[in-house]
Amino acid sequence: MEHKQWPLWEIFIRSRQGLSHRHVGSLHAADAEMAVENARDVYTRRQEGASIWVVPASAITASSPDEKDVLFDPADDKVYRHPTFYDLPDEVKNM
Amino acid sequence: MWNQRIFEVLMEMDLLQRFEAYVASEKKIEPKDWMPDAYRRTLVRQISQHAHSEVVGMLPEGNWISRAPSLKRKAILMAKVQDEAGHGLYLYSACETLGVRRDDTIRDLHSGKAKYSSIFNYPTLNWADIGAIGWLVDGAAIMNQVPICKCSYGPYARAMVRVCKEESFHQRQGFQIMMTMAGGTAEQKAMAQDALNRWWWPSIMMFGPPDQDSPNSAQSMAWNIKRFSNDELRQKFIDLTVPQADLIGLTVPDADLKWNAETGHYEHGPIDWDEFKRVVAGHGPCNKERLEARRKAWDDGAWVRDAARAHAEKRASRKSDSNTAAA
Repeated sequence: MEHKQWPLWEIFIRSRQGLSHRHVGSLHAADAEMAVENARDVYTRRQEGASIWVVPASAITASSPDEKDVLFDPADDKVYRHPTFYDLPDEVKNM
Repeated sequence: MWNQRIFEVLMEMDLLQRFEAYVASEKKIEPKDWMPDAYRRTLVRQISQHAHSEVVGMLPEGNWISRAPSLKRKAILMAKVQDEAGHGLYLYSACETLGVRRDDTIRDLHSGKAKYSSIFNYPTLNWADIGAIGWLVDGAAIMNQVPICKCSYGPYARAMVRVCKEESFHQRQGFQIMMTMAGGTAEQKAMAQDALNRWWWPSIMMFGPPDQDSPNSAQSMAWNIKRFSNDELRQKFIDLTVPQADLIGLTVPDADLKWNAETGHYEHGPIDWDEFKRVVAGHGPCNKERLEARRKAWDDGAWVRDAARAHAEKRASRKSDSNTAAA
């Protein structure tokens, strides 16, 4: 019988309180509980984690690299969104 | 039709040129980006073989977990072997981002189509071998892996950063075993020397064939998958390791080994590449045993994988039934 693979889960770890969860990799598991247990063993053997998120890889919608220009180029010519765009007189020390 | 084909070829050439310029400027490629087929194939081959090496590498060491000389050594060895499993998983996960199925990757190992580092086809005969593996085999692996942390393929580079961080404990624990034995009784020292004698040459073969016989290296270097040539890495390893052997009073088993003050490098004797080829071709002391152990683990675990899956599906369907009932 052809074995059906366990689904793929993307793993996100919060390394300590105060930081956001960060993608660390993926793994296979039969269900969400097993994915959390496996993520504990695979990605937090050296106290790297305070919290784990597991997300079915199939549930992620990603932007396509082909859309990179359309999505991100419009920000290129909006330098006025950065504070460095504005010249201030030397007298203004902190703003 | 013909025009369409020419257009596609031109597009491909343009993409390839842009890809190569992009990679040459030290930028990273991520899974969904366009990449030449040969780049993808090279990575799948290299990353899967790397993953297989981590997993098969658990076997020679696992052999000594139940016979470690103390509880402390046993706990350390278990942690190391567990790390190797983890490294295999980081790498399988990186490999999968290139669009290959995990099960197919593993099937290629079991069928013999995919290779793994041939160092693991040598037996671990006594406890000193565990020291020699950590010191030499993990030492050589680190030498090979550190440059891959800057590889052009993002997921492989990231996996390698984690692996290298964890691997340095492996080498230190191995060196400590050798140091302890070399400083012990005459019999213990002889065991350490014997282990060094058996593992030295296979370890320096881990860097692969000499540069003139490594035809794919140039392409991998151009794509920033490989950073240093096989011979360069081998030389670095020898230069670093020989003084360590001296320090603990062991002798590297190479009668031609000598320091060249002019070049600042050690010169070594001829490497038996026929032995290397024999072992890669499947005729090392443990090739058969290693593959059989992997196949057996996979086959014996099949019912567990199937049962876990059936259980998960059943629970999921019960959940959706009760949701429907509630609605």
